[in-house]
Amino acid sequence: MSTHTLHFFERVDTALHDATLRTALDRATARFVGNRARAMSALSDADRLRDQARALRAHALSRLDELLERLAERVEARGGHVCWASDGEQVKRYITDLARSRGVRSIVKSKSMASEEIHLNEALEQAGIEVVETDLGEYIIQIAGETPSHIIAPAIHKTREQVGALFEKHLGMPPTTEVPPMIRTARQALRQRFLRADMGISGVNFGVAEEGAIVIIENEGNARLTTTVPRIHVAIMGIERIVERLEDLGVLLQVLARSATGQKLSVYTSIISGPARPGEADGPEEFHLVLLDNGRSQILGGQYAEALMCIRCGACLNACPVYQSIGGHAYGGVYSGPIGAILTPLLQPDLPDSHLLPHASSLCGACQEVCPVRIAIPDLLLRLRADAVRAGKFHPIEKPAIQGYATMMNNPALYRVGGKFAHLGARLLRRKGRIRRLPPPLHLWTRGRDFPALPAQTFSEWWEERERQRRSG
Amino acid sequence: MSTPAGPRRVTLFVTCIVDQLYPEIGKATVQILEHLGVAIHVPRGLTCCGQMAFNAGFRDESYAVAGRTIELLRGQGDVVLPSGSCAAMIRHLYAELFAHSPYARPAAELAARTYELTEYLVDVLGITDIGAHYQGRITYHDACHGLRFLGVGRQARALLAHVREAEIHPLPNCETCCGFGGLFAIKQHAISEAMLDRKIRDVQATGADLLVTGDASCMTQIGGGLSRRSIPTRARHIAEVLANMVDARPV
Ligand code: SF4
Repeated sequence: MSTHTLHFFERVDTALHDATLRTALDRATARFVGNRARAMSALSDADRLRDQARALRAHALSRLDELLERLAERVEARGGHVCWASDGEQVKRYITDLARSRGVRSIVKSKSMASEEIHLNEALEQAGIEVVETDLGEYIIQIAGETPSHIIAPAIHKTREQVGALFEKHLGMPPTTEVPPMIRTARQALRQRFLRADMGISGVNFGVAEEGAIVIIENEGNARLTTTVPRIHVAIMGIERIVERLEDLGVLLQVLARSATGQKLSVYTSIISGPARPGEADGPEEFHLVLLDNGRSQILGGQYAEALMCIRCGACLNACPVYQSIGGHAYGGVYSGPIGAILTPLLQPDLPDSHLLPHASSLCGACQEVCPVRIAIPDLLLRLRADAVRAGKFHPIEKPAIQGYATMMNNPALYRVGGKFAHLGARLLRRKGRIRRLPPPLHLWTRGRDFPALPAQTFSEWWEERERQRRSG
Repeated sequence: MSTPAGPRRVTLFVTCIVDQLYPEIGKATVQILEHLGVAIHVPRGLTCCGQMAFNAGFRDESYAVAGRTIELLRGQGDVVLPSGSCAAMIRHLYAELFAHSPYARPAAELAARTYELTEYLVDVLGITDIGAHYQGRITYHDACHGLRFLGVGRQARALLAHVREAEIHPLPNCETCCGFGGLFAIKQHAISEAMLDRKIRDVQATGADLLVTGDASCMTQIGGGLSRRSIPTRARHIAEVLANMVDARPV
């Protein structure tokens, strides 16, 4: 196993030994799971809505180039600029160049996993530009010097107590574990930044081709400020996040909000279609839409295309017992949880241990059960595992073990003899009808669980004996 | 598919785990089906559905094992398995494994006549009372594959509701995975154990003396955890309960 392989396991180990993390995850995921379940069961036609949502996403992906071009055309017709970026480097160059040429010194940001994906903040800071995250969760992890651990709740891994301590240290707030005063303090700190910022950078929930508009949903209102107060607004959109028509949002926004937070709809839905027009009092002078590919077009049309239907609601993370146990940072990539275990190996194949992520699942299917667009997550994980094996990425012991298993299962005589040997071995290890320590590598099983002793007679032997007796009797 | 009239005959596929580790589950299944007048056939040399290799990503090896299983089950009528996970492998994943292969058709045809045990009892035979008896507290864990890929759960509950003198106590988070997941339990043993810890906490909260599930693998995981922690609650397969064979094996 390479040292990088150890990294994933080390991250898992750290997470599993972090009692505070466990508390934070238990509290938050239980709340999300409960809210989602209530919101979905309140719908009389949830199943139909999910089918429609899936169909809309499938349709949009099947005509992706055409819809993107239409979107770009219409945005430009309204005075916006469009940047087609095939990777993160292009985006970073485009935005830093833009910032430099416009004398931007301070940037506020809101709602963008895509910018996390390309590590935009680092690039901007290196260019000497101040960047401030304005979503409360993002702001918390920014002052903590961390990365998001959840698609929609980036600071889910922190307890209220930890956030209180952070605010005390960085914002000079009196110690508290109450949420409202923390929000007030953050808001005051951020207000200054909004007023000072020359550029606002946002993500995009959906791009609407017919309208030439982008849609941003949020609960805090800061995305509205980010996109309207500074004189320049840059929106970064993963190219797959497109829908054809405004009407499609009726279905998608409903299932998104219900799956994500259990709300019927998010508090704010902004539809933005360009810079302020002459005579308009509000809105930025300039609007730039960055269309980020970064590996997505490679996925399109292949056996993982379905992963592009994801609308980033985060429901699969909350429902996943693995995510609930280890949290988002253990995954190592930008996207975590079950969908992250698919997207990370596809979008960040250079991460040395990303091929291990598809194995961080018991394939229980809880993710697929909650996914509003019904992505067959377990099937995709299984395909990724098969790809990794084809690429020779597996533990050295696995191949002989699996080949031994297959040979045995394909040869009844061997299967019998093997069973006999196993039984003899098990007899030596057995205490009171169970085994407390198996030999390596199976000792990993008996670290925390007893293994049953093997019986003297297998079922097949019993059956054959019974049949013999029947025939002769 | 069976016709509703006439004597029934099924092919029993006990799966490799039951064959090697828990023959009692197989015997219990035989007893239940025969008690209901179903004739049983067990093809010689049937071993494994191929799931272990498939889940590990070794599709060539899985193809060989599963292909052999398809051959052995060709023309064998309804197939019943006392395992949601293996039944789900055949019903759901064989299509993926054998897509564009000569086995695509036989695989689809096999999937259509494959049943998990409780599903067969309740949905095909229409039976919910098997005359079972257990004096004590039972709680039921939904094994993930049966639950999510076959829709099994309702049937098991209906069957347990008819077990005489048994008190059924709902298991909190009964639909949450116990952390088994085949090789996952070894490759990701630390996560698997964390998941098991929660499951055991929930089992203990019910005060049940019997934890029942429809999958020998979940039973191994939860039972092994209970045993290691010296918790007296026993883990049993639903067939063992229905056949009054709860006491047939030691742990
Ligand atoms: S995969 Fe499905 S459940 Fe998970 S974030 Fe995407 S849309 Fe939501």
